[in-house]
Amino acid sequence: MFIINYIKEIYSGLKSLVVGLRRTLFYFTHHKEIITEQYPDNRATLNLAQRFKGEVVMPHDENNEHRCTGCTACELACPNGTIKVITKFDLTPEGKKKKAIDKLVYHLELCTMCNLCITACPSDAIKMAQTFEHSVYDRSQLTKVLNFEGSKIMDGVE
Amino acid sequence: MWSLSNIASGIHEWLSKTFPSTVVTVVEMVIVGVCVISLFAILGLVLVMMERKVSAWIQIRLGPNRVGPKGMFQSMADTVKLLVKEGMTPTGADKFLFNLAPYIAIIVSMLLMAPIAFAKDLTMWNLNIGVLYVSAISSVSVISILMAGWASNNKYSLLGAMRSGAQIVSYELSAGLSILCIVVLVGSLNLNDIIASQSNGWWIFKGHIPVFIAFIIFLIAATAETNRAPFDLAEAESELTAGFHTEYSGMKFALFFLAEYVNVFIVCAIGATLFFGGWMPLHIGHWEAFNHIMDFIPSSLWFFGKIFFLIFLIMWFRWTFPRLRIDQLLNLEWKYLLPISMFNLLLVTAMAILGWYF
Repeated sequence: MFIINYIKEIYSGLKSLVVGLRRTLFYFTHHKEIITEQYPDNRATLNLAQRFKGEVVMPHDENNEHRCTGCTACELACPNGTIKVITKFDLTPEGKKKKAIDKLVYHLELCTMCNLCITACPSDAIKMAQTFEHSVYDRSQLTKVLNFEGSKIMDGVE
Repeated sequence: MWSLSNIASGIHEWLSKTFPSTVVTVVEMVIVGVCVISLFAILGLVLVMMERKVSAWIQIRLGPNRVGPKGMFQSMADTVKLLVKEGMTPTGADKFLFNLAPYIAIIVSMLLMAPIAFAKDLTMWNLNIGVLYVSAISSVSVISILMAGWASNNKYSLLGAMRSGAQIVSYELSAGLSILCIVVLVGSLNLNDIIASQSNGWWIFKGHIPVFIAFIIFLIAATAETNRAPFDLAEAESELTAGFHTEYSGMKFALFFLAEYVNVFIVCAIGATLFFGGWMPLHIGHWEAFNHIMDFIPSSLWFFGKIFFLIFLIMWFRWTFPRLRIDQLLNLEWKYLLPISMFNLLLVTAMAILGWYF
């Protein structure tokens, strides 16, 4: 009985080693699988991973309109105070006051790219961009205002 | 036909005609020494480059590709870097032993070059106990490792050296037993006789399964004896920083590094000699035309081709398998490899007596 177990053990051990060797031989012979990006050389055709997160941006459409309602859900969701929503009150044509954003301040230097603000946003106003060349000469340049100058909220977004 | 042995005998004849025999011996020794040292340098460059490329492709990377065409001069640039670096000796170290250790490592691998037949009729020293000589000298390399570890005055180095000692002493056994399988079949310890016995077929084909098992055990033991992953417990970067050569820098480190690669080359050369027929070309039965074409490839090319195939196997192992723990390492040797190789030796002996091989 002992000898059978012994041989079985050797067989299964060798088999698992062969599985590993086959995998590495496949990679050795298939150079198309190489995932290295030669970054400064291929800057134009850079192929980033789908889930790579670079910075938070607020997409605007061609009429300079965004989808942010100023609900501050992102500010509350942020674990380290990266986002600061400064709200104002717009007057609707009916003469009612309506909450809107004045500035959405984003501190890139504090952001950990945790994606919590994006999941918290109820109106999909912000998203993660894949930019990554963030170096600047002064720290103050890392504090960004996400909504564009003179932008306003899209119709139909509550 | 052009061959290395013709050049060697030509030089020998010319020297014997012009100088007295003592001078001839001295000059030939110098020539051989220069050849060995240049072979060392070339091997170091080529093998380091090969290792880096193989590891890169296996790990889905590109590897060095900046210095020279396709990055081929990277190892040369590294050599220049190592040459200009300061070779420091730590304050608490035993200075004499510390500086001696890398030279012993390199001398051991130089000595191992002696009995290897590099091409047809091209051996530095046609030794009648070649196999014994190789296994005896290769175990001296453990002294250099222990010396380096002890003299460094560093607990990591000492631990690495001690592990290496345990490892080499135990794997020497199964390496020896698997080499003995071939010696039993051939009936001679001379490496040239072993090669000559394979003129009608390499032992790995002639000897069926037992010799194949012996070859696998030899390969495992050779990997362990050269301290390469998955048996690189002597260095074990993640546990012992760099093991016995933690404190070495500059050219002294480079000598250890070179000795490691040259040792890989030598164990592969021994493996090629024992199992793959040394410089013998591949012959298949009675295919006269095929055999004739194979004879046209120079014997040295055959030998180096086989060696580099085996080196590739060892590199492939290194970049595929995870490192063993020290107890797993000794288990593997004493509970698996040693009993199997002893049983295998019995099988081979029976085979040799009954003549069950081609």
